[in-house]
Amino acid sequence: MSTAEKIGGGTATWADQRLGSNKFLAKNLKKVFPDHWSFMLGEIILYSFIVVLITGVFLTLFYKPSMVEVIYDGSYVPLKGIEMTEAYASTLQISFDVRGGLLIRQMHHWAALIFVAAMVVHAFRVFFTGAYRKPREINWLIGVALLVLALAAGFTGYSLPDDLLSGTGLQIIRGIIQSIPVVGTWAAFLVFDGEFPGTDIISRLYMAHILLVPGLILALVTVHLMMVWYQKHTQFPGQGRTNENVVGYPLMPVYMAKAGGFFFVVFGLIALLSGLVNINPVWIFGPYTPDQVSAGTQPDWYIGWLDGALRLMPNWESVIAGYTLSWNVLIPSVVIPGILFTALALYPFLESWATGDKREHHLLDRPRNAPVRTGIGVMAIVFYGLLWIGGGNDLVATTFDMSINAISWALRIGLIVLPPIAFIITKRICLSLQRRDREKLLHGYETGRVLRLPHGEFIEVHAPVNNKERAVLEAKLGANYEPLPAPQKTDASGVKNKKYRIEKLQHRLSHFFYKDNVTPPTVAEIEAAQAHVAHDAALEAPLHEYEESNYVNVPFHGGVLHEQGEPMTNAEQLAQRDDR
Amino acid sequence: MSELRTHGSGDSDHGTAGVDKTDKKGILAQSDYTGPGALPHAAVDHRPRRSDLDPKAARRAERQIAAMFLLSMLMVVLFIVAYVAIDPQADIYIPVLGLVGAQNAALGATFGIGVFLIGAGAIQWAKKLMPDVEVVQDRHPVTSSAAVTTEAAEQFERGKEESGFGSYRIIRRTMIGALALFPIPLVVLVRDLWTPSSRFEENASPAEILSSTAWEPGLRIVTDGGFQPLRPQDIPVGGLVSALPANIMEIQKEVHNLNERGKSAILLVRMDPSEIRSQQGDGWDYQGILAYSKICTHVGCPIALYEHRTHHLLCPCHQSTFDLADSGNVIFGPAARAMPQLPITVDEEGFLVAASDFQEPVGPSFWERG
Repeated sequence: MSTAEKIGGGTATWADQRLGSNKFLAKNLKKVFPDHWSFMLGEIILYSFIVVLITGVFLTLFYKPSMVEVIYDGSYVPLKGIEMTEAYASTLQISFDVRGGLLIRQMHHWAALIFVAAMVVHAFRVFFTGAYRKPREINWLIGVALLVLALAAGFTGYSLPDDLLSGTGLQIIRGIIQSIPVVGTWAAFLVFDGEFPGTDIISRLYMAHILLVPGLILALVTVHLMMVWYQKHTQFPGQGRTNENVVGYPLMPVYMAKAGGFFFVVFGLIALLSGLVNINPVWIFGPYTPDQVSAGTQPDWYIGWLDGALRLMPNWESVIAGYTLSWNVLIPSVVIPGILFTALALYPFLESWATGDKREHHLLDRPRNAPVRTGIGVMAIVFYGLLWIGGGNDLVATTFDMSINAISWALRIGLIVLPPIAFIITKRICLSLQRRDREKLLHGYETGRVLRLPHGEFIEVHAPVNNKERAVLEAKLGANYEPLPAPQKTDASGVKNKKYRIEKLQHRLSHFFYKDNVTPPTVAEIEAAQAHVAHDAALEAPLHEYEESNYVNVPFHGGVLHEQGEPMTNAEQLAQRDDR
Repeated sequence: MSELRTHGSGDSDHGTAGVDKTDKKGILAQSDYTGPGALPHAAVDHRPRRSDLDPKAARRAERQIAAMFLLSMLMVVLFIVAYVAIDPQADIYIPVLGLVGAQNAALGATFGIGVFLIGAGAIQWAKKLMPDVEVVQDRHPVTSSAAVTTEAAEQFERGKEESGFGSYRIIRRTMIGALALFPIPLVVLVRDLWTPSSRFEENASPAEILSSTAWEPGLRIVTDGGFQPLRPQDIPVGGLVSALPANIMEIQKEVHNLNERGKSAILLVRMDPSEIRSQQGDGWDYQGILAYSKICTHVGCPIALYEHRTHHLLCPCHQSTFDLADSGNVIFGPAARAMPQLPITVDEEGFLVAASDFQEPVGPSFWERG
């Protein structure tokens, strides 16, 4: 036993005698995590959040959350002698007078953007594969809460430098709060300590940005990960993968190396990006003053869709009994986000109710196998995307030399017309893919090789799909749901069904969900068909022999008829490894 | 690996993870399926890596990984050199990226590459040298067994009985009442998040404060920036001037905030009097000079994009467009109300002054605005 092993063993014993940690290690060091590139998205979120925390701590050592006016006297010459808040002056100090300060500030901003972006893409992955289904609905809800908190974290941070851009963002937020019926005016006064901009908002946002919001995020992330750990990760269909097992690599060593290594990859790339690419150059527009604004201002990307909604909304306002209702602000910035986030949070429950599917799901759906869900998702993305374009309609107008009025009208109409079209097209594409999968299972795949048989006939060789692909294509066999049966008005003994109307609705919804799905072939049909295709492919056997006789010494030639390496099974590979 | 339970090791008859095989809703149960998706682990196809078959390839991977870690250490040294040696104010031109701070770029590149290489090395190690045969574990049903559920229910009942929660009705009700009231102090404390500044009456409501500005009859209009009073001839036809009340700096010194600036900022535009189709009050202009609030009626951005031929004013934030020749009415965009107009005139010395305060609240709408 080496010295290092002795020390390691000693530490483990010490900890175990106080914590009983060996029980945890014995159980969890071998814990299996399934492997798929899309499972890295969640890791990116976690790692960029850690980078945000580390860089954020550094920034707090220099940043001053104060709106006291000072005269700037730092090394950025264009702003010398100008009156500004301490918040802005200290941000400039971090950017110009603290060595590495700009790097850390930019890492903080880049990591925050990546944090939100990875969250959105991770949510897409979870949505389109149905990973939120029972038993993971709670984790979906936590995820939605985290998304909202991430937006809050981003926005409060964006406002802290107190440059012209961030102040304009706050001014808009103030207008939005003020539009809330009954309590809006008071709420805005309480938040800003009176009129805009006041002198307290920066220190209040600072508290939210460095304590309240990150604290909540940290707590929810912990619960989120503990649930992933406890419920075990979902997996994509594949050979030997069922709803009852989990196939992948053990935590120690493979996942420690891969996931641990990936943290450094994310950290390193963010640092590299922040060294080379400027983000939010706060010195360009100068300090905030409420009577100035710059043209072409843009929020951070994740706020763009809300800004777009605000831009595209028709200018409705009504005065009822002496009170003002600003629909033009209320609908795009309060009602629409409220509806969208509520729908997002409730979706797993709505789907489960509509389809009557109450089973546990650990095997992920391929998006094509749930065409209605995929269609709904794409519909939402199109809606979001149009709002996001709307958020930059002035840039679209100046870049493409178009009329801003025309763009706004096109987007307004598009918001209503395009999402349903996107739904229909997506659903049709999914169904076509289902048909192709069926084809592949029954007729093999087209090799593109044309063979002339001895008697002169030409055939195109179809090869049987291998086990690896078959397992994926056949995932639908296990997931082939049927619509709920139509309810009866009265049961067999003539008792009136009190839930008739609700069951009728459920029946219709589940019909809508499943009715167009392509019926997959049965396993027996597949096996018969595969045998037939294999016979077809066997006609090529003489060519294989010819190739092998010519390339015998080249193990990885990657020729037409061979793939790299000799295939073997897991058992053979393990035996070989033991031999070495 | 032997301690891992796999299908191949005779453990395939495990539970069904809470799956109701005889789902009455006509859903096929996964366990009826016998294709390759359900293959036992040992029979699953596996393609060996080159480093599994060729010891040379394995040693090459080993060298690559060590080289990455070595290079990472070198990057830390270079980082310290860049921190000490590069002038923080120097810029450097990098193709595609343009002009960037030299020290920032060097620090980011050395630190970033150094950290990246640790990760790349670890991942390469996992992918090339660690076992790449997947292993299998069973899932266990999340749902508790009937016995455990019964036990939980019994324990709860026992606790309920022992506390007497069901029988002590008066305790129960008063406790619920006390729990309902206790958050109220926490809400009350929020009230003093806002206290009116000395500029306003002690009991002024938010709506009252929003409804008045610093403008008053005879108050001079000064330029934003230079604080110079303006005569009519200072503004040419087609011209646009950002302006403030003459006492703005006094107010700012008194209250130490920019609130009044955010409320009373105005735009002066001059057009040929024949071009003015309408304005918000009779004779509110002075010889074709019109004063409008600068604060957008949508959500409060300051506006300064003015097209003097069409007299259109465009908000840069959300593109609301106002026609200043026609009472500042909205002609496009999300704003619902015209920009408020400030009546102006000149004093005895010929300087432009306000004729009164705004006749309506400026800026975004609010509930009590009416």
